[in-house]
Amino acid sequence: MISIDIEKKLKAYKGQHTLKIKTEIAQGSITKIYGPSGAGKTTFLKTIAGFTTPENGKIIVNGISWLDTAEKISLPPQKRGIGFVFQDYALFPNMTVLQHLEYATGDYTWINRLLAVGNLETFKTHKPEYLSGGQQQRLAILRALAIKPKFLLMDEPFSALDPATKSGLIEELKGIFEELQATVLIVTHNPRELDNMTALEFTIS
Amino acid sequence: MDLSPVTLTLKLAAITTLLLLLVGLPLAWWLSRGRSFFKIIAEALVTMPLVLPPSVLGFYLLLAFSPQHGLGKWLHNSFNIQFVFSFKGLVLASVIYSMPFMIGPIKSALQQLPVSLEQASYSIGKSKWQTFINVSLPNIKPSLLTATVLTFAHTLGEFGVVLMIGGNIPGVTRVASIAVYESVEQMDYSAANFYSLVLFAITFILVTGVFVLNRYRFKSPLE
Repeated sequence: MISIDIEKKLKAYKGQHTLKIKTEIAQGSITKIYGPSGAGKTTFLKTIAGFTTPENGKIIVNGISWLDTAEKISLPPQKRGIGFVFQDYALFPNMTVLQHLEYATGDYTWINRLLAVGNLETFKTHKPEYLSGGQQQRLAILRALAIKPKFLLMDEPFSALDPATKSGLIEELKGIFEELQATVLIVTHNPRELDNMTALEFTIS
Repeated sequence: MDLSPVTLTLKLAAITTLLLLLVGLPLAWWLSRGRSFFKIIAEALVTMPLVLPPSVLGFYLLLAFSPQHGLGKWLHNSFNIQFVFSFKGLVLASVIYSMPFMIGPIKSALQQLPVSLEQASYSIGKSKWQTFINVSLPNIKPSLLTATVLTFAHTLGEFGVVLMIGGNIPGVTRVASIAVYESVEQMDYSAANFYSLVLFAITFILVTGVFVLNRYRFKSPLE
């Protein structure tokens, strides 16, 4: 069980607003998060990953405190073992597709499987600048999965994919999530998107 | 023609550049993270040699390291180290004087890298050091090259600071820029022309080389 109770001030065009989220997420579930732009969806994911710290809050994962502002506890991102798919992909311009995965893991069986899932086997030696937007986004997903995360945070992970590629990839990912018994949070703009993938959802407004 | 001023200049520029790479990389990384008041003061101090007359910097270095006073006296008495009128002094002055040319481009390049690149590296379990070596550093190569060459070229052309702290001792502190000045003083225009042409040629080749190499730099996928 993942218990989250955070409060963070967000800068907005007209002043500030406060992001307040109190929720519990079951282990192994896939949850969809939607809400308007600027509501704090990305900040919420980055808080869980440890990239940003809220003013107040607690995050407890399976009884282990990842964050407790009152106790001044904040587990570094490296120790949280979270897979993160960034909205801007955050690919390393100096690395090829294969090097991205090798940087994350030395398990070549897993790397080859991921390359097949992302349909990127023939692009192994390509650097990000030579990939299309959709290929870059798939690589971002594969890199996050390379560490076999128990907790996967995905920020608009399918926005650059065409409908056919998206549905094929989603089917593959469902199998992988189940195999890894991963808890997945997926941020999306579109409330109807991913209806066949997720059982749970909540809105940040 | 006496080539020792040219070789001494190249030796000084190479040592200064190497030392500044070692000092400049961590300092630039530190300055590129956050904007505390202490960092602003530190950055202002690093930038001062850009705007300060070289003679002013040289004068204060001369005072600070004079074996008759304070720090210089202590270094001389305790470790038998003398910076004034020695090659070591030229290196020290050059490191301080050329620091902004190394720090500036590297710091700006690090600041311009999307923060998500580092975060992506942390998320797959990499430490700050691994991230710096494998992600940050390779992705600022063009700026690193520019900083290295600018530092080297700038050290080649130093005059005021090295004259103040090093004087004009042949084979020890008489670098090419000082040899030009001295040759003109002695009305030896042929020697002045030789040293000037050598400095011009080396600097021109270096700067052109940077422009050529940076033409082929990789683009960020975010561009």
